[in-house]
Amino acid sequence: MTPDNSPFLELSGVSKRYGGVRALEKVDFACRRGSIHAVLGENGAGKSTLIKIIAGVVQPDEGTMRLAGQQVRFRDPLAANAAGIVCIFQELSLMPDLSVADNIGISNPPRTRLGLIDKRAQRRRTEELLARVGCEDVNPLEQVRNLPLSRRQMVEIAKALGRGPRLLILDEATSALTSSDVLKVYDILKKLREEGLCLLYISHRMHEIEALADTCSVFRNGRHIETFPAGTRSPDEIVQLMIGREMAHVYPPKPEGRGAVPPVLEVQDLRWGDRLNGVSLEVGKGEIVGLGGLDGQGQRELQLALFGVLSGLSGRVLVDGRPVTLSSPAQAKHRSIGMALIPEDRKTEGLMLPMSIADNLGMAAMGSLTSGVFIDPAKERAAIQRMVDKLKIKAGDVANPVATLSGGNQQKVVIAKWLLTEPRIILLNDPTRGIDVGTKQELYQLLRDLADAGASILFYTTDYDELIGCCDRVLILYDGRIVRELQGGEINEKAIVAASLNLGADAKAAPANHSGISP
Amino acid sequence: MATGSLPKPASGWSLSPEDKPILIAGAFILVILATGTAYTLATQGTASFLSPVYLLQQLQVGAFLGIVAAGAMLVILLGHIDLSIPWTLTAGAMLGSAIGGPYAIPVGLAVGMVVGLMNGLGVAYLRVPSMIFTLGVNAVMRGFMVMLTGGYAPQSTATPLMSYLATGNVLGIPMPLIVWAVLSVLVVLLLQRTAIGRYIYAIGNRERAAYLSGINTRMVIILAFVVSGACSALAGVLLAGYSSKAYQGMGDPYLLPAIAAVVIGGTNILGGRGRYLGTVVGTILIVLLTSVLSVMQMPEAGRQIIYGLVIILMLLVYGRQRGVIA
Amino acid sequence: MNDLRLRLGQNLGLLLAIGLFLLFWLVYNGLHPKGFSTAVLIQNANESFVIGAVAMAQTVPVLAGGLDLSVGAVMTLVNCLASVLVNGSGWQMVLGILVCLAAGTLAGWVNGAVVVYGRIQPIIATLATGAVYIGIALFIRPTPGGEVDGDLSWALTNDVYEFCATYGLFDDGEAAWLAPFAWIPMPMAIMLLVIFLIWIPFRNSVTGRGVYAIGSSEGAAYMSGVRIDRCKIAAFTLAGFFAGLGGLYLALQTSSGNADVPQAGAYTLNSIAAVVIGGTSLMGGSGGAICSLIGAMVIRAISFNFRIFDIAPLLQPLFEGIVLLGAVSIGAARVFRVKNRLELLG
Repeated sequence: MTPDNSPFLELSGVSKRYGGVRALEKVDFACRRGSIHAVLGENGAGKSTLIKIIAGVVQPDEGTMRLAGQQVRFRDPLAANAAGIVCIFQELSLMPDLSVADNIGISNPPRTRLGLIDKRAQRRRTEELLARVGCEDVNPLEQVRNLPLSRRQMVEIAKALGRGPRLLILDEATSALTSSDVLKVYDILKKLREEGLCLLYISHRMHEIEALADTCSVFRNGRHIETFPAGTRSPDEIVQLMIGREMAHVYPPKPEGRGAVPPVLEVQDLRWGDRLNGVSLEVGKGEIVGLGGLDGQGQRELQLALFGVLSGLSGRVLVDGRPVTLSSPAQAKHRSIGMALIPEDRKTEGLMLPMSIADNLGMAAMGSLTSGVFIDPAKERAAIQRMVDKLKIKAGDVANPVATLSGGNQQKVVIAKWLLTEPRIILLNDPTRGIDVGTKQELYQLLRDLADAGASILFYTTDYDELIGCCDRVLILYDGRIVRELQGGEINEKAIVAASLNLGADAKAAPANHSGISP
Repeated sequence: MATGSLPKPASGWSLSPEDKPILIAGAFILVILATGTAYTLATQGTASFLSPVYLLQQLQVGAFLGIVAAGAMLVILLGHIDLSIPWTLTAGAMLGSAIGGPYAIPVGLAVGMVVGLMNGLGVAYLRVPSMIFTLGVNAVMRGFMVMLTGGYAPQSTATPLMSYLATGNVLGIPMPLIVWAVLSVLVVLLLQRTAIGRYIYAIGNRERAAYLSGINTRMVIILAFVVSGACSALAGVLLAGYSSKAYQGMGDPYLLPAIAAVVIGGTNILGGRGRYLGTVVGTILIVLLTSVLSVMQMPEAGRQIIYGLVIILMLLVYGRQRGVIA
Repeated sequence: MNDLRLRLGQNLGLLLAIGLFLLFWLVYNGLHPKGFSTAVLIQNANESFVIGAVAMAQTVPVLAGGLDLSVGAVMTLVNCLASVLVNGSGWQMVLGILVCLAAGTLAGWVNGAVVVYGRIQPIIATLATGAVYIGIALFIRPTPGGEVDGDLSWALTNDVYEFCATYGLFDDGEAAWLAPFAWIPMPMAIMLLVIFLIWIPFRNSVTGRGVYAIGSSEGAAYMSGVRIDRCKIAAFTLAGFFAGLGGLYLALQTSSGNADVPQAGAYTLNSIAAVVIGGTSLMGGSGGAICSLIGAMVIRAISFNFRIFDIAPLLQPLFEGIVLLGAVSIGAARVFRVKNRLELLG
């Protein structure tokens, strides 16, 4: 698999600081043509900075970079692009108001003799590229904002391919994809490897790395720890390299043999447009209920509906047996309901990034931090300190902007913000997406602790492992309905996958439509 | 930011990014005074710009702008803008003095609050961009006033209380200055010590996240616009007292200087960042600049150019120092 | 078919604006004693040109996600400049016109440079440069006045026939092939030329699309290799050109220059209203100069109706305000259809 032994890209002694924070420290790194090179590490390990330097988004403070033997220094992404380095970033780099074709042709479109964009040629090229990634169903004229997230990510990949990369960087590029798309992407990547491309692959999903990578490099605390051929280390060993310490059991033990618990949250025949088609469920006191299924089957909408974000709902929602109307997050948060939502996108929905860690932590629970009209500084400080300690938020100073924290710590702030409201019902939307292993473990333990303390948790995750490891019960959604409820030993990968694809829609499946109990 | 009294890093003498514009603007005020003094020394042989009487007089005039800027700042912190200031101010002044008697000031303020409420409803509920909605409301208010007054200055004069608040003084301190100071204390308390203040910064940074934090964002937006309307109307009432009556177009010279004062004070025009002290300093800067230029008998053309260049210059200096959080 | 539906869906705002314009304009012409005549058309076109040009100017920075509060000032500056330069011999006039347009373009470029290299928010940068431009306009013309060549003024504010007749082109405009076009008002002809020779090529250029990309998502555009600085400067420069064109035409129309500060402000504010009514998002990324031109025509068509309905002058500002407020609130209908409240928030 390594036809050419001289490295295609070679970094030596590269360092980068942001303010006082050391993001990369004297990193030597090399990757070759015709190989898929996985880069592993916790959040804040320096992976993002590494690829940003390679892609010309930021410039290193010291060290050199050589591409095919030539020393290079990229001023901006454009320069890196010109050298054949193409990056698919975690945050999508698509312009939502532009059409798919305009997005794909954005930097180097086919031109007419007058130097203007040749729309027809651009469209043809777009159709070719979409076909190459198996997205013939996307109309090139459609605005990107109207595409579901998984399609957008495929467009992003098509866009990258359209630039004729020599070095392709994928940063969590499959995080939003459906499993069938993931397989397509695997095929494409393998084909690109055959063609002699150099591929850098960043992912937190260990099984993807096992399936794809030829070489693995582990980063930790801004340093390059080790590089080894794929398959020479067990997943446990890799994780240990990443976190630098022995790993305990990933998931906390589930409570055994608990009897029936009183339901705290009951949902009856919830419907919303064509996205929710009669969802009924119950979440008991102290229970963690998982929401599973393929991406985009109504899980996100279900949580938003419960949290009062959606209008035009039908069906009933009961809390403690009392019917409640939910028309705003403010109402859902109110003590009589006590609901909290950890939203999908922490950067735009969970946090005010430029505001301080302290301000963000206090934001949802201001009511309990005031005496009279004024904020009580002592109360506020105590509450914030309590949360920083409880969740082990690694923050130098809570007066710093929350944007300075790593992804995992940011997510902790979002959760801590809600814990201050002492919620009884906690809705989580894929809270571990893009978060490092160590923090994930802490979050699993936290969820279990909260449940043990009496909270009811409705946990949507795209990671089957988490459904299996964390949840007392799992509800599988398909096309806006719950098609299957799994309990105890039934919660295994095979059952989840089958139910997600709505295969076993037979006797064992829960009835698709609960119209019998609608009001 | 709005961290209130939380402990700051003990790393010696470090300034927060919000403090730098305030210091720079403060330094520039000294430059303006020095320039003006050099001019008067050269031409008249006096240092009249440094006399307390002159400075108090300038602050008295500046108070009107300062009151408008206080309201404008709240709205700008939200990431919105209030372009209805000119005719809210005029309407408050005109209707207040038209009613006369003891109700003159309450009615004037109420007019401002009603206009602010309209702005707030349009922005928070109809989600029309504030830039355009407040512009429309400004046009409507202008229409109302033209209809009511026939396009001329109304006959009614300011009430004695209005005149007292605008021209009186307590222990040598002009009343408008006292009004401005009281208002400033209230605004600082609102921004730094109340949940609403925290919410204003939150909405200015990321409304979506604020909404999902269970904040009643609509009420906060409406409140900020109502306060802004009330501030404009208060300035109008005082201004009518100052010139003894309301007149057409009295609010026009206040809109852009108010926005400039807020921005020169370091508040981000896109919302979410800024300190009230900066707005006060920005107001003083603009008032003194205007005053020095008029003493130097600078023609209108030159004043406009200097005015524009100063804003650009100040922001260029800030921009080089302010860290960019992408 | 599918493509057509997509394109229609993406231009709903523009269609709505066209509908509004047709409504007001047809009512006006229907009730006007000389409705649907060339004379009325010429008058309407003349009265719409300047606001149309300024609205187009406003559009380009708005597409890039900024606002240009100096468009009225640039318009005024060029208006004053034209009242000094556009007269004398033929060549002098041509040179004067070119200098005027170049001055507007330069002012726009300066805006772009301040925004890009000074890293100042467009709204506040152009507020400041606007004051500077107004100051320069006041230096050029402290009091209203000046002179613009009468023939040129006449020729460019009438129809194509008169233009040809004035300058002895095409058999004094009697050429048979010209007949189908002879009725077209010159301002309309100039506007069409500008759209086809400047706006549409710009929109289809890499730089023009970059402007849309920046407005849609600046971060994504940067990652995609869009030349951000170049595109932004181009947007403001083109805005300066359009505003300058408006100022030049205003000079032709009024045969004078006037450094009128409130008027400059009114044009700037109306330009924003026109942009919104035309369906361009103030957030940037979607819409276009043609949309805003239609938006400006809607605003003008509304005020035409005041004459017809003989509304008391004292009530006109109120009606104007209410109609403006109503027009910009039309977009609010969307709010009540949105079922996911998050979609309303940025």
